[in-house]
Amino acid sequence: MQRIGVFVCHCGSNIAATVDVKKVVEMALMEPGVVHAEDYPYMCSEAGQAKILEAIKTQGLTGIVVCSCSPRMHETTFRKAAERAGLNPYMVEIANIREHCSWIHKDTTEATKKAVILARAAIAKVNLNAPLQPGESRVTKRALIIGGGIAGIQTALDIADAGYEVDIVEQSPSIGGRMSQLDKTFPTLDCSACILTPKMVEANAHEKIHIYTYSEVEKVSGFVGDFTVDIRKKARSVDMDKCTGCGVCQEKCPSKKTPSEFNRGLNNRSAIYTPFAQAIPNVPVIDREACIKFKTGKCGLCEKVCQAGAIDYEQQDEIITEKYGAIVVATGFDVIKLDNYDEYAYSQSKDVITSLELERIMNAAGPTKGHLERLSDGRAPKEIVFVQCVGSRCADERGKSYCSKICCMYTAKHAMLIRDKYPDTHVTVFYIDVRTPGKNFDEFYRRAVEEYGVDYIKGQVGKVLPQPDGTLLVQGADLIDNHQVLIRADMVVLAAAIEPNPSVRGIATMLTASIDTNNFLTEAHPKLRPVESPTAGVFLSGVCQGPKDIPETVAQAGAAAVKAIGLLAKDKLTTNPCTAHSDELLCNGCSTCAHVCPYGAITYEDKQVNDHGIREVRRLAVVNSALCQGCGACTVACPSGAMDLKGFSNRQIIAEVDAICR
Amino acid sequence: MSIEAKEEFRPKIVAFCCNWCSYAGADLAGSSRLGYPADVKIIRVPCSCRVNPMFVLRAFEKGADGVILCGCHPGDCHYSTGNYYTRRRMKLLFSMLDYIGVENGRTRVEWVSAAEGVKFSTTMNEFVAKIHSLGKNVRLEDLRCKN
Repeated sequence: MQRIGVFVCHCGSNIAATVDVKKVVEMALMEPGVVHAEDYPYMCSEAGQAKILEAIKTQGLTGIVVCSCSPRMHETTFRKAAERAGLNPYMVEIANIREHCSWIHKDTTEATKKAVILARAAIAKVNLNAPLQPGESRVTKRALIIGGGIAGIQTALDIADAGYEVDIVEQSPSIGGRMSQLDKTFPTLDCSACILTPKMVEANAHEKIHIYTYSEVEKVSGFVGDFTVDIRKKARSVDMDKCTGCGVCQEKCPSKKTPSEFNRGLNNRSAIYTPFAQAIPNVPVIDREACIKFKTGKCGLCEKVCQAGAIDYEQQDEIITEKYGAIVVATGFDVIKLDNYDEYAYSQSKDVITSLELERIMNAAGPTKGHLERLSDGRAPKEIVFVQCVGSRCADERGKSYCSKICCMYTAKHAMLIRDKYPDTHVTVFYIDVRTPGKNFDEFYRRAVEEYGVDYIKGQVGKVLPQPDGTLLVQGADLIDNHQVLIRADMVVLAAAIEPNPSVRGIATMLTASIDTNNFLTEAHPKLRPVESPTAGVFLSGVCQGPKDIPETVAQAGAAAVKAIGLLAKDKLTTNPCTAHSDELLCNGCSTCAHVCPYGAITYEDKQVNDHGIREVRRLAVVNSALCQGCGACTVACPSGAMDLKGFSNRQIIAEVDAICR
Repeated sequence: MSIEAKEEFRPKIVAFCCNWCSYAGADLAGSSRLGYPADVKIIRVPCSCRVNPMFVLRAFEKGADGVILCGCHPGDCHYSTGNYYTRRRMKLLFSMLDYIGVENGRTRVEWVSAAEGVKFSTTMNEFVAKIHSLGKNVRLEDLRCKN
C-alpha cells in the first residue's frame, strides 16, 4: 500500500476563488492510501515545495498528488521536488484543477465537486504508480535548418559560431529567402540586399555550415538528439564543383519565356538560371520543364558555351541521409493568392500589383531597373493608391483572421520612398487601422504623413475598376468624414496577407510538430517557450511561427539557435521512461504489436520462460526502450493483453475511469 | 405522501485527451476561460491510440453516460499514426455499443489541436447537450466476473 500525500494549491485566487480547497483536502484524506493532505497558496513556490519535501520526509510518503495547474506547466517542477526528497519522480501525479476546473466553472459547489473527483482520479492512479528509471540516449552534435531565408541563415550562423555543425536545406536554388526580394527595409530604410548578402556570404564561407540549395527534406525519423533525415538534392544539371558562375549560359540560353519566380512573375528568366545576381551558391539550375534540350533533345547550347564543362544533363536527384540532434524550422512565408479578390481587379489589370511586386519594381535589380513605372504601358504613375488589409483581419473565409503585422510599416515605407523619389506623384493609403508597435515605428509612419504628405484615408476600398483609358477607378469609403471616395489611379498596390510557406504542412507532418489552423507552427508555450515546438528537439525560427518583421525574425532566430545549442551541448539526454513492456507469460509472439509500432521498437526473441512450472522456449515480443516513444498503440493492439505502458498502465487508467464514474 | 423532488440529471462524462494536442487544447480552453459543463472529466493519455476499448466499456460499466476521445488531427499525430488506429478501433467499438444499446450519441471521437481551445469548449458543450437529450444511460455489466 502506498502512503500518499495530497497537496492542494490555491494558485493565489486562481483556484481558491472557485474551488473550496479545504473541502478538497478534507475529501482527499478519505481516499485509500492518503496519509497526508494540505493546502497552500502557491505550491510551486519555494515554500510550497518545501512543504512537499518535508511531508515526504516526515510522513514517509511513497506517492504524491499535487492538485494545481496543468501538468504541462508544473509536472516537472513537482517531480524535481520529489526527487530532491529522495522520492522517485514518477511517483508524482498532477490533478489539473485550474485549467480543467477553476478557470472554466463559475459555480463553487460544482467546481469543488469536480476538483474532488479529479483529485480522486489522480490518487487512484498514484496508488498504482511504480518507480520508473529513465534511460539515456546520445545527442548527435549537428543541427538541421529547414529554410535558408534570413531566419534560417541567422540561426545557422549562431549555432555554427558556437562550434556545432549545421546544415541548411533550402528548396529554391539560392539562399536568401524573402528578404533578398526586398528593396529597402523599415524603419531605417537601409538597403535589404546590403545587409543580407554579407550574411549569406558568411554562412556560405563558414566552415561549420553546409548549405543544400535546390533541396528538400524528404523523410524524418528518430527523436530528439537523434533524428535521421533524408534530404533530396534535386538535380541541378550543373556541376557545382566545376561551375565558375560566369553567367554565359544564362545569356545564351534561347528559352527565355519562363516567368521569373524571384521577380514574382513580372518578367521572364531563361531556362538555365540563377534567381538573382547575388545568389548563393552562384551556380545556375536548369529548369527541366522549360529547357529545350530536356523537352526536345535538341539545343544543348549551354553545354557548348560552358568553358568549365559544368553542364551535366545526366545528373540525377541525390538522396543524402544525415543524422541530427536538433532541427530548426525556418520555412518563412508567402503572400496569399488573390484569386478570390476580384473586386480589386488584380487579375484584370497589370497595374494592380501586390506590395511584394512593388518591392521588385522599386529594386534596382528588378524588372524595371528600379524605375517606378506602370507594367502595362511603362508610364510613370502620378496617382498611386495603396490598399491595406487585403486578406488580413478578414472575417470571412476568403482571407486570414490574423493581422499580417508588417503591412502597415512597409506601406508607409513604400509611400515615403515614392514621394521622396517622385515628388509629383500623389499617394493615398486606405487603411482600417494603422498599427505601428515597434521601436521607431510610429515616428516612421508619422514622417510619411507629416513630412512626405501621404494621404491616409481610414476606410476600405470596395472596388477597383479598370477604365478604357488605362487608369483605374478606385471606389472607397472615408469612414471618418463618412463619404464615398473616388480616385482615378494609375497604379493600385495591394497589401496582401502573408501566410506560412505552403511546404510547412508537409514538414510539420514529417516532424510530428503541431500546427494551427492557419498553418503556423505551434510553440510549446505561447509565452514561456515561444521558439520551441512541443515536439522535443524541434525549434521554430521566423515567420513559420507567426507574422513578424525582420528584426523580430532575427531575434527569434537567435533564440531558436540558443535553444538548439542548449540541446547540442549535452552529451546525453534522459529518455522518457514511460515505455511499453511485454508480459512474458502472456505474450504469444503473434507480431501484432510490431505491426502497429511506428518506431520499429518491437522485435522478437526466442526466450526461455517458466510458465507456472512449465519450462519452454517461446517467441516473445521485446521492446527496445531507447526507440519506444510511449504512444501505447501496441498495448491496445495486443490480443492477449501482454503489452502495457509504464506510467499509463491499463490498471492505472481503469482506476482513473473508476474514480471518475464512482 | 410526499412527492420526491426529481433530482436534476447530471451526466457522468469521461473525456480521454491525448497529451500533445487535445489535452493542450483543453488547457487553452481553460486559460481562455471558455467554459463547458463540469460533468466532463478529463483523463490524460499519451496518445488517443492508448485508449483501449476496454477503458470505454469500463466507463459504461461503471455508470458513465458518455465517453469522448480527443486526439490530434489526422496527419498531425505526435506519434505519426496513432490517431488512425483510434479512428478505426472506435468506429468498430461504437457501432457495437450502439447495437447493444449505448446510442451513438454517447460516444464520440473528435480531433482537437493544441491551438483549438474554442473547438474543445464547443465540442464539450455540444457533447454534454447531446447526453442531456439522451438521458441516463443503460449500465453495462461485465458478466465474466460477477462479484
